[in-house]
Amino acid sequence: MKRLDTGGRIDRSKPLSVTFDGTALPAYHGDTLASAMLAGDTMVVGRSFKYHRPRGVYSAGVEEPGAMVHLRDGNRHEPNARATVVEAFDGLVSSGQNAWPNVRFDVGAVNGLFSPFLSAGFYYKTFIGPFKNTTKFWMMCEAFIRKAAGMGRGTYLEDPDHYEKRNAFCDVLVIGGGVAGLSAALAAGRSGAKVILAEQDFELGGAVLSEPIGGEDEAWVEAVLTELQSMENVRILTRTTAFGAYDGDVYGLVERVSDHLKAPENHQVRQRYWMVHAERSILATGAIERPLVFGGNDKPGVMLANAARTYLNRFAILPGESVVVCTNNDSAYETAAELARAGATVTLAEMRASVPSSLTHEATEAGVSILIGHAVLEARGKSRVASAVVVPIDASGQASGAPKTIPADLIATSGGWSPAVHLWSHLFGKPIYNEDAACFIPRSEENHKMQAAGTAMATTSLSETIEQGFDQGVKAAQATGHAKECGARPDHFMTGAYWQRGIEPIWAVVRTNGKCQGKAFVDFQHDVKISDIDQAHLEGYVSVEHLKRYTTTGMATDQGKLSNVNALARMSELRGMKIPEVGTTTFRPPFTPISMASLVGHEHGKHFRPTRLSPIHHWHVENGAKMTEAGAWMRPWYYAEAGEGLDEAYIREAAHVREHVGMVDVSTLGKIAIQGPDAAEFLNRMYVNGWKTLQVGRLRYGVMLREDGFVMDDGATARLGEHDYFMSTTTANAAKVLAFSEHLLQTAWKDLKVHVTTVTDQWAAIAVAGPKARDLLSNVFKGADLSREALPNNHFTYAKLDGVAVRIHRMSYSGELAYEVYIPSGYARAVWETLHEQGQKYRIKPYGTESMSTLRIEKGHVAGPELEGRTTMKDLGLEAFASSKKPFVGSVLRKRPVLEDPERPTLVGLEIDGATGAKSGSILFPKTGETKGHGDGWVSSTTYSPALGKNIALALLKNGSSRKGETVRVVNFIGNETLTAKVVSHHFFDPKGERQNA
Amino acid sequence: MIRIKCPICGLRNETEFTYGADATVKRPEMGEQEQQPWVDYVFNRDNPRGWHKEYWHHVQGCRQWVVLERNTLTHEIGECKLAREVEQ
Amino acid sequence: MTKYSALSVFRHALSGNKNWGRAWRDPEPKSSYDVVIVGGGGHGLATAYYLAKEHGITNVAVVEQGWLGGGNTGRNTTIVRSNYMMPGNTMFYERSMQLWENLSQDLNYNVMISQRGQYNLCHSPGQMDAARRRGNIMRANGIDAELFDREEVKRRLPYLDYSENARFPIHGAIYQSRAGTARHDAVAWGYARGADQRGVDILQQREVTGYLWDGGKIVGVQTNRGDIRAQKVALCVAGHSGHLAHMAGLRLPVETHSLQAYVTEPYKPLVDTVISFGAAHFYISQSDKGGLVLGGDLDMYNSYAQRGGLPIVEHTLASAKALMPCVSRLKLLRHWAGVMDMSMDGSPFITKTPVDGLYLNGGWCYGGFKATPASGWCFAHTIAKDEPHEDNAEFTLDRFNRGYQIDEKGMGPQPNAH
Repeated sequence: MKRLDTGGRIDRSKPLSVTFDGTALPAYHGDTLASAMLAGDTMVVGRSFKYHRPRGVYSAGVEEPGAMVHLRDGNRHEPNARATVVEAFDGLVSSGQNAWPNVRFDVGAVNGLFSPFLSAGFYYKTFIGPFKNTTKFWMMCEAFIRKAAGMGRGTYLEDPDHYEKRNAFCDVLVIGGGVAGLSAALAAGRSGAKVILAEQDFELGGAVLSEPIGGEDEAWVEAVLTELQSMENVRILTRTTAFGAYDGDVYGLVERVSDHLKAPENHQVRQRYWMVHAERSILATGAIERPLVFGGNDKPGVMLANAARTYLNRFAILPGESVVVCTNNDSAYETAAELARAGATVTLAEMRASVPSSLTHEATEAGVSILIGHAVLEARGKSRVASAVVVPIDASGQASGAPKTIPADLIATSGGWSPAVHLWSHLFGKPIYNEDAACFIPRSEENHKMQAAGTAMATTSLSETIEQGFDQGVKAAQATGHAKECGARPDHFMTGAYWQRGIEPIWAVVRTNGKCQGKAFVDFQHDVKISDIDQAHLEGYVSVEHLKRYTTTGMATDQGKLSNVNALARMSELRGMKIPEVGTTTFRPPFTPISMASLVGHEHGKHFRPTRLSPIHHWHVENGAKMTEAGAWMRPWYYAEAGEGLDEAYIREAAHVREHVGMVDVSTLGKIAIQGPDAAEFLNRMYVNGWKTLQVGRLRYGVMLREDGFVMDDGATARLGEHDYFMSTTTANAAKVLAFSEHLLQTAWKDLKVHVTTVTDQWAAIAVAGPKARDLLSNVFKGADLSREALPNNHFTYAKLDGVAVRIHRMSYSGELAYEVYIPSGYARAVWETLHEQGQKYRIKPYGTESMSTLRIEKGHVAGPELEGRTTMKDLGLEAFASSKKPFVGSVLRKRPVLEDPERPTLVGLEIDGATGAKSGSILFPKTGETKGHGDGWVSSTTYSPALGKNIALALLKNGSSRKGETVRVVNFIGNETLTAKVVSHHFFDPKGERQNA
Repeated sequence: MIRIKCPICGLRNETEFTYGADATVKRPEMGEQEQQPWVDYVFNRDNPRGWHKEYWHHVQGCRQWVVLERNTLTHEIGECKLAREVEQ
Repeated sequence: MTKYSALSVFRHALSGNKNWGRAWRDPEPKSSYDVVIVGGGGHGLATAYYLAKEHGITNVAVVEQGWLGGGNTGRNTTIVRSNYMMPGNTMFYERSMQLWENLSQDLNYNVMISQRGQYNLCHSPGQMDAARRRGNIMRANGIDAELFDREEVKRRLPYLDYSENARFPIHGAIYQSRAGTARHDAVAWGYARGADQRGVDILQQREVTGYLWDGGKIVGVQTNRGDIRAQKVALCVAGHSGHLAHMAGLRLPVETHSLQAYVTEPYKPLVDTVISFGAAHFYISQSDKGGLVLGGDLDMYNSYAQRGGLPIVEHTLASAKALMPCVSRLKLLRHWAGVMDMSMDGSPFITKTPVDGLYLNGGWCYGGFKATPASGWCFAHTIAKDEPHEDNAEFTLDRFNRGYQIDEKGMGPQPNAH
């Protein structure tokens, strides 16, 4: 293995510092990590999953199963990087993975000795253990298995890099920047269509990049590229993988913006996710070469023929000096000839029984010795190939003569090619098998918006590839309304034997007894041997999905890119069926693995979900509020004063409200403007209570049910004008109530003349509660008459403060004399601050959600914990609000028998014995008897009541209304605590409401 | 990505909408006192494998409910109308 | 039939693994069976197994349109747990858990039941209260549950985001130590092998296209490969229940939705348990192979397509990174979808139907896999005795008429919200 002095697409003037396992590799700009490894004669670069067999570089692309490494270090560490697609950069650090102590000497390789026992289905048949009703035995074994499994090691460190998402729209998306893709982009681009061309490599050209430099092909690519680059309607994205095709003409692309650098520069992102909306797409993804199955075919030094060619021509590496090439098709002849010309001794084992001399001529000229009707039976060598055992074979791949051993440090194989149909399969399911080309191809249908071109469609000549690409480009352009002339199709250029012409479907090389010689692998990463397929067949796991799952073939990180067809071929042989009858598994996105973060973009950390803030939010934060999540909102939980924790703070705040006055930000409540001549009728239908008698200037508490008759929401609605109502909902249900209202108005109730509009963000609201509330507000809002007579409960009035018009609702949630001040959002903080400042002489204090909850529990008002989606009006003691005179949402289904059962848990109050208080979520049981099952009910909300000097709770208790005075047990199993409590009315405090009516 | 041609706003991504429900179930008249029509409306569905008429809410757009025809097997999109213009 | 053990594996290895027999037969169908089970997934195969094992009914066929375990059995995220709160659910899922705990031994097939525990994270005081209620009901029913505060969760799962930067801070978690994962394919194969050993015929590649009727009674099924008569026909086709019920003239309280699942490349152990995020619909575990297995929300619209869209992929991956920032540079290997029977209250059906001779097992929503053993066990009981066992007594179709919605989340009759 050595670097050639000339040639290749590397820049010898730019050497790079690249290391693997601490050893420097001779790398240049333009190398991949794999080419640098080969240039450094680093043969063992990984270990396989199960047997920890040594793995070398097998391919030169995304299909790589073996050269998987740890890339970078620290918080940029990345496991399972495929060395074949990692661009070399200055400062690249990599190391071996899945091995101990290292990939060259790995203790785990001992597994290989037990390989007969680790056959297909091994885990399903063993570790069952003799022990009944316990999983401990398996779990003990599993702990070891898990440590041995996995490939690379992840890190718990946080990724320092940024990612972004981008939407893009185009007429034609061309996937793949090889000859077919370039032709297609050229045609579509010339027509004026908006084109995006995506190529996963860092260079365009596809297969041309594997050709010797300076050829006609290179000039062709350059000419097309120059023309494309001059078109403003064509965007070319390199280092960009189209990872999936989805419904709605959407394609997911990931652009690796900075992965070829040591770290992203100038705040650039590491990767960019493109969601491309394309009216048409052209799949020009080419094909992936298939390996051959023979003994030792996984050893370092066995490589795909085209990979060997790529390393030779693109990276100027002679990948072997004594080379055996084995092929069942034409494509490997160029490889053989070029290797020979580069100085290697090359033997070509031609598996086919006869080939035309026109094919062999060039190779023979170059000095390749050709053995017709021969194949490699076994690769030999310890940790790298030392020789190849070559035998004459018959048409099925079975040995038909004496083997001979040829010294070799490289065995280059070609079992034909598999078109990269993955993205087509994402959309349309299983591809079809083309017998002539011996591969799966897309099913071409006129109405498909994705069409394949080039070797992805198994074209048989270069001119056909160019023609097909161009024609698909024209068609796509026309289909998207671009009729402009697309000009002449580019001529084709000189090339050697094209692709897999002449393929004979011989996949595996076996001895006269039908078995491979030594371990012959189908899936290189997962160590699935041909014998595992045979065993799966014996055991009846014969459908392709069973085969895949039972043997794990095709489930490794390459997702079967190399293994699928060979496994299928073997199974079809065993079943005596043709490959299409056996079928294939379905390809799923992504085409190649993509980083999790790429699709996340900026939506992580604080930006994982939007945060809604009250217009007064910053005051709360500046004034020591401890904030808490309330759905998307942040709300003040409590305002801790010196030395206070939650408990001290909420008790103080609640007591303060009852004694003096407090203010709480209730801006998060949902607010809906309901307007139109039928607004009252609408409310009548939505709410359980009647609305037709509500006068302008008044408001009313209402209860709303779901269609199935359970309570959905509650809140107050004010009548602002004749046809103008202002509804408030709970914070949690605002969006739901609005959407439900809109739904009914636009479907079932089209006849109602009503508009509903959210005004949640337009209005802030401050509740001012406590005996001093009226004094304070009268003082602040001069001119507003807030007297008991002028503004009784459930009335509202208007006022002004420094020119800001506000609306003051008299209503009480706390049970105190209380008002809600509705303020245009932009002025909310100013009004809050004024109230706070002017309120000092009334000893006003802000309070948070925790003490708000205490106050409402003392009053027996229900809130989120009681409105939990499974409770009815009757359960919650809200039945009295329901009008019997009119139908409303849920009015029929609420009467279903189970919901009318008198035994149902209903809302009660509990006075908890002892000093600790109960925990919400405790279960209620009668005073005596077993504490088993679902109990008699549960505790929904608890608090210490400063007003009562007791620990109290709201609970739902079976038959609750008839159990007042009874002592029940309150069991918190999970906290190992059993308390007793007295069942009381849930209206604990001021049941007659004298304070709020003051 | 389902793309929906909102009659008001034009072709938009599904992410602007929320999915509602089967649009072929007809809500009983207010005043219907029988339970079964309500049970059928609220709970029971044809759940077709194939073309389906369904409500979507353009919640981050014009806030109109639309009735979309969509194939549940192939995800093909058919006609999209404003719910208020569809006879129930 | 070989009894599976390390010894048998060893013996077979010595003979070159050439003498393995089929795990289950591939028989020609008889013309008539006592019971025909439609659907060869975990639930159908388990039903067949328990019909034979518990009730001695062995003249049974399982008819599968594709290959065994190819529906949701082979597409789920493999989580098993019994943390259900609603009467009607709690003991059913606990029966399932107890069957899981002995399933490998019972089937002589390692279904790799791994009780690595499951955390349901709480992100607000309200969620902690709801978790306490659930945990208390579990404990009152003899099911293990623990409630951890933030510090304890941090000690146990230090790799989650406890920073100031977390959008939804972790307040604590409810934990079930007996919960965990199992190997999904093995469940189908193990039950298939067990049922087959007891005489059940497993008929793959046979699609049911209609029913055979005798008056108003169903007396068999029509398939694309001929009719099969049966005294009782039992549907175990979650995802397609609506479709097969429709052929029998039934309209179900079910919508079919697609649910995506995700797996990363394999890594050395990172997550040694099952974690459910409380701030978004998201859960994560790690398979024995090393792939992080992720689950998230439905695609929300009705679908039979077994594929999902990018918006939910983005949501799910965002949830993963929000919960566990270190997944950022790890790579998604594959994502796929299954189609779910989403019922109107989030709970299943194991019941006789109004059509004589037709029995229904479906409506599993997200949760079919964990229920597999109890589902088969209870369905077998219901078919054999013509009445439900007390553990599935509430899983009837008429519960919506009665008003008994088994709504674990309190979401109401919105199937995609469960």
